[in-house]
Amino acid sequence: MAVAEQDTAIRTGTGTRIFIYGILLVFALFYLLPLFVMVANSLKPLAEITGGNMMALPESWTIEPWKQAWSSAQIGVEPTGLKPYFLNSILMVVPAVAISTILGALNGYVLTKWTFKGDTIIFGLLLFSCFIPFQIVLIPMASVLGKLGLAGSIPGLVLVHVVYGIGFSTLYFRNYYAVFPTELVRAAMIDGAGFFRIFWRIMLPVSGPITVVCVIWQFTNIWNDFLFGASFGGQSQPMTVALNNLVQSSTGVKEYNVHFAGAILAALPTLLVYIVAGRYFVRGLMAGSVKG
Amino acid sequence: MGFLDIQNVTKSYGQVEVLHQVDIAVEEGEFLVLVGPSGCGKSTLLNMIAGLETITSGEISIKDRVMNGVHPSKRNIAMVFQSYALYPNMSVAQNITFGMEMHNVPKEDQQTALQDVAKLLQIENLLDRKPGQLSGGQRQRVAMGRALVRDPDVFLFDEPLSNLDAKLRVDMRTEIKKLHEKLKTTIVYVTHDQIEAMTLSTRIAVMYQGYVQQLGTPKEIYDSPANVYVATFMGSPAMNVVPAKITMQDGTPHALVKIHDGSEQMLRLEQDNLSDWDGKDILLGIRPESITDPDGADRNSSNIVSLTNRIGVTEPAGADTYVTMELGGKEIIARMRADANVQSGDIFQFAVNMEKAVAFDPATEMRIKP
Repeated sequence: MAVAEQDTAIRTGTGTRIFIYGILLVFALFYLLPLFVMVANSLKPLAEITGGNMMALPESWTIEPWKQAWSSAQIGVEPTGLKPYFLNSILMVVPAVAISTILGALNGYVLTKWTFKGDTIIFGLLLFSCFIPFQIVLIPMASVLGKLGLAGSIPGLVLVHVVYGIGFSTLYFRNYYAVFPTELVRAAMIDGAGFFRIFWRIMLPVSGPITVVCVIWQFTNIWNDFLFGASFGGQSQPMTVALNNLVQSSTGVKEYNVHFAGAILAALPTLLVYIVAGRYFVRGLMAGSVKG
Repeated sequence: MGFLDIQNVTKSYGQVEVLHQVDIAVEEGEFLVLVGPSGCGKSTLLNMIAGLETITSGEISIKDRVMNGVHPSKRNIAMVFQSYALYPNMSVAQNITFGMEMHNVPKEDQQTALQDVAKLLQIENLLDRKPGQLSGGQRQRVAMGRALVRDPDVFLFDEPLSNLDAKLRVDMRTEIKKLHEKLKTTIVYVTHDQIEAMTLSTRIAVMYQGYVQQLGTPKEIYDSPANVYVATFMGSPAMNVVPAKITMQDGTPHALVKIHDGSEQMLRLEQDNLSDWDGKDILLGIRPESITDPDGADRNSSNIVSLTNRIGVTEPAGADTYVTMELGGKEIIARMRADANVQSGDIFQFAVNMEKAVAFDPATEMRIKP
């Protein structure tokens, strides 16, 4: 009956609260532990890892492993560090995310506001790309890339990721635009705006939350993709493949501190995207689910 | 040829025809209201005039220019939507000038037009706000501003007042009427509210099930409904339609109706051609305001008939008191003066203004033409 309880569905006493927070704390620590191990060990000299406790904080702090991982570690046969591959990943992920998001938005716009006969079938077919396992398309995709002359190149990887990304980006935008009032589009038509002007001036300005969701989703998926990168990367392999080559090399000493630093470097961009845009993420996913 | 001509227009979705052979000619400066219940096709017809829906067959022309297939923006029309459809990301001023911007009107002219309209609608102080910061009534004004600024041949209103609360709705209704009288523009207005239709229009098209049931001035629609549907749809409370039997007495037709105890009373009808209906059943339509207490009867009426019946319940409504009674086996409503001395259960002598009564054919439900 108290005012303070207006927002809570369940009534909780102090004891229950301590219990709940205790459990949550344990889980939080559990999930933070790997990150701690990675960060701590990436800042140690190798001797401290091989000779001591992985869980301990570094005795002598060093950023040497980070430097090595970035610019001089042995990737495959070349001592280039992860730098060129990081660049490859950026060159791949930025256009792929941009193109798949824009196409998804256009698809969503057409499928909801310019409906035509068979639009639901087309939408259904597009959704297949959300469910088809990547492995199935490897061989046909390789043959297509070969015919287009894009095999083993960054544009080839961009194409692959755009094709696979359109399904999800279309799904996001279609569902978002489905609750967007059609009267606005009609009003703009009467005002004399054409297909692209309505899209640009009316639809896109209110698409912020769903764009963030789409960008985060596509960025994470494309950045983290290993299979396509390893299969079609050729000379322009992305970060994930390079990290694998760094960590899995079977000759020489295993430089765990460098590996940890490299792994964090590979995860950093997605982490950054989440931190910057994360609060829009939940908001966007919830959009349209509740009226008002 | 009218200013806005709707000729033999039909609309089908696949096999289903939702609008049948609509024929309306709207004169310049006319305020036509399309009224009907949900799903009667009135919004579809409006969207076809706007060009937002295709025309299956027939022809719509504005100023003698055939509009079939012409893009909405090229029809020189403006539309006010039920949800106002203001662009949420633009300010009020941008909302109003968006259409001119799309038509490449020079910036200075846009500003002049904007200021004129803002002044007319008294929204000058709102121009920098976003639609989200406006109240319902203000949004309504902005939506009208966006339509007005284009100086169109025809204004289309799609239930513009149905999202407003009751009091604001009445205010805006008056404002729309004033605006029309001031600007003398041609308006087609869709509503499901028969009071809006009566108060605003110069002509009403009552629609039901994809047919125009009747097209006429508010007075024609109210006093001479074409059929039972129109009679009961227009007017609040609705017209009472009760079964009756015609009998000729001294050369004039009388309607025999059953009262509460099953006995019959005779109500003299003034309509001449009912002699063919001698001994046959009809449906008799009497509006609630035509059944009053004797002191409240219309003094100018040539045919006041008295009716003795038992009062069911009384419903004081402030300005009037509504009384229910059983007539022809149905419960009907009568409208007394507020201070009429009526009590539930009393046997009371009512005065019925039979001059305004109408007769319908029970088989077709069409009016028996006088």
